Amino acid sequence: MSTTTLAPTRRSFDYKTFLANNGALVGLVVLCIALVIATPDFLTGQNLLNIGIQVSTVAVLAFGMTFVIVAGGIDLSVGAVAALSAMASGWFFVSAGMPGWVALLGGLAVGLLAGIVNGAANAYGKLPSFIATLAMLSVARGLTLVISDGRPIKTAAEVSFLGGNIGPVPMPIVILVLAALVASFILNRTVLGRSMYAVGGNAEAARLSGLPVKRIIVTVFALAGLFAALAGLLLAGRLDSAQPQAAAGYELDAIAAVVIGGASLSGGLGKISGTFIGALVLVVIRNGLNLLNVSSFWQQVVIGLVIALAVGADVLRRKTRNS
Amino acid sequence: MTVHPLITLQNVTKTFGQVTVIQDVTVSVYPGQVQVLLGENGAGKSTLIKMVAGVYQPDGGQILVDGTVTTLPTTRAAEEHGIATIHQELNLVATMSVAENVMLGRMPTKLGMVDRKELRRQARAALALIGLEIDVDTPVGELGIARQQLVEIAKALSINARVLILDEPTAALTRHETQALFAVMADLRRRGVGMLFISHHLDEIAEVGDTVTVIRDGHFIAEVPASTPEDELVKLMVGRSIEDQFPRRADETPALTEVLTVTNLTSAGHFDDISFTVRAGEVLGIAGLVGAGRTELIRAIAGADKYDSGSVAVRGAQLPKGDIQAAIRAGVGHVPEDRKGQGLVLDASVNDNLGYATLASSARFGLADFTGQRRRAEAVAAKLRIRMHTIDQPIRSLSGGNQQKAVFGRWIIAASTVLLLDEPTRGVDVGAKVEIYELMNSITAAGGAIVMVSSELPEILGMSDRILVMRDGRLAGELSAADATQDTVMTLAARSGAAQR
Repeated sequence: MSTTTLAPTRRSFDYKTFLANNGALVGLVVLCIALVIATPDFLTGQNLLNIGIQVSTVAVLAFGMTFVIVAGGIDLSVGAVAALSAMASGWFFVSAGMPGWVALLGGLAVGLLAGIVNGAANAYGKLPSFIATLAMLSVARGLTLVISDGRPIKTAAEVSFLGGNIGPVPMPIVILVLAALVASFILNRTVLGRSMYAVGGNAEAARLSGLPVKRIIVTVFALAGLFAALAGLLLAGRLDSAQPQAAAGYELDAIAAVVIGGASLSGGLGKISGTFIGALVLVVIRNGLNLLNVSSFWQQVVIGLVIALAVGADVLRRKTRNS
Repeated sequence: MTVHPLITLQNVTKTFGQVTVIQDVTVSVYPGQVQVLLGENGAGKSTLIKMVAGVYQPDGGQILVDGTVTTLPTTRAAEEHGIATIHQELNLVATMSVAENVMLGRMPTKLGMVDRKELRRQARAALALIGLEIDVDTPVGELGIARQQLVEIAKALSINARVLILDEPTAALTRHETQALFAVMADLRRRGVGMLFISHHLDEIAEVGDTVTVIRDGHFIAEVPASTPEDELVKLMVGRSIEDQFPRRADETPALTEVLTVTNLTSAGHFDDISFTVRAGEVLGIAGLVGAGRTELIRAIAGADKYDSGSVAVRGAQLPKGDIQAAIRAGVGHVPEDRKGQGLVLDASVNDNLGYATLASSARFGLADFTGQRRRAEAVAAKLRIRMHTIDQPIRSLSGGNQQKAVFGRWIIAASTVLLLDEPTRGVDVGAKVEIYELMNSITAAGGAIVMVSSELPEILGMSDRILVMRDGRLAGELSAADATQDTVMTLAARSGAAQR
């Protein structure tokens, strides 16, 4: 028999479960309170908008990553694909002379295509997702440099619009909210989303139940590519140009956000709300450390410790479930 | 009495939170004796074992080792007292050699390097303890499950284990392998090793056991000799008498409609030229030794694997090769052999697990039908009497029998009419087994057809209307339920196998 069916004493159980399930949220709240006390610059309208803008790129990348991780894979290429998509969009606009909105859609299509290639290499080519997307990381970054010849390319006004403001509200925050709603809808309401959990939890059981596992995997990576392209265009829009080294290393932030948000790297678990909180934790820590004039070197140390802590919480969560 | 027990759990109690899982139970293991622990899934056997193994501490009562009150705070402490556990999930490193596995954690070294020669010598000595003759350089992963188990027993003995806890060691073994294990156990018994043995196979109890401790719902029920009749044991275990362990109710007048037609099905290296039909309302049993190609055949019919030639048709319509979705649409449901590895998404809820086969077909515009799914899942869970707190709990936390019912439930929701069952009651306790058999009856009564692969002969004999026997990937013969006996089936299954006893 297994003891999992047994509920330990109610009081301690609830407290533990709450902490285990909402560790990231609790951490975020504690972090914010600490920063409000530590520096008067934190709780200002301008700083909060800054945080919102910064979180938008990471979070949009991480939403795509959430699909992949829930389905039991990993995507190391999202940062490079973001850069490639933005650069391609710039190239479509400047060199190919396409209309701005076509260039924008073209950029998204490049991300989607890169994702489909990732997914096909994983599902049909039998490459582990780690390897397939590591290869894509290199290819996409390389192509970005090839297209741009290592120089920034100006983006279309339609792309720059993504980095602008609607009234007082920065456009990236609007996009972030929309992306979160769409991602959450896909994951929670659609057959595709529910299938991702099954594939990540036990791909063989999912297959034998008649789920089209390979197609699901391709779609999952395609979505990750699409979200990466959106993040890349957001980034380019803010700078009015696509940078060849844009979003370098962002894949690690995205993975960290997903994991801090409570997803399991072994698949089958994860939520968009969690990922959003995870991305906020990362950005708020960086923002706070900047406000406190902590060197960026030390920031990396702190971020590393936070990731370790979050994964520790994941282990704790498993333990409370299995014992 | 002059023989003192090696270890005694005396009036132990264990609670988790507010739930008492073990209440005042006493069990002893004597040198040279096999103490059988009998109880349904969830009766508390695992908890008892874990107390002996140093994983859990009793909340009440005490543990006596050689008559002295002892605490076993860790598994390490238990090992130091000579207590070793052979778990169902073996603790071996598949990629390492037999020798390395046997000597894991105590590799002989010379100048800081592993002394390979000494390693092999000691490992061979350990294997000799149970008369196991295998190349110690073989990676453990290449051995069958039965031999892996023996390697683990050898390892335990080489650390001077005096008490061996065997947690369902026969669950994954063939009859032949089981016999080999029992021979080793008999030898250990002669040498004074005490054993605590758990099995769901009642017939094994009289064969290897000395005394049986029966527990039910965490309570000590009785201690009886192992020669106690099976009916009596079942009654003690489930608290009521189960009239009929195999309640097959075949249709008096079988329908003539052929539901499943398999023609000349061949898959190189797995099975060869298999043809048979199953009619509506019929249970076709497929018997054979492990490795005879039964699972591969079932998987090919279900569309899980491709095959080389031949055809599969459901109600006259041919199914495309290796297409699970097409098979499901034609009404085929597949209950795979390995429930945890292939049947269930363990971290997902009971509700989700019941709904995977119908996730897409019940959807509208790509949106999952949550309300409908929950309604269907709750209805089927009630019908199959799946015991759970809520339909949203992870299916991992259900007992084996209830998990298996959920795999069946998935196909009942999908309205499958051809069920392919691979070891449908493996690791399922007696009470739940009978429920699964009743479920098979209700499926056939409604015009469904069932193909059942099983290594448990009593189950094959008790539940099949017709029996196919496979040997080395071929059909060795067909028997009607009336003609089949353990002997006729085994003769067909093992006839040319000179290695078989």
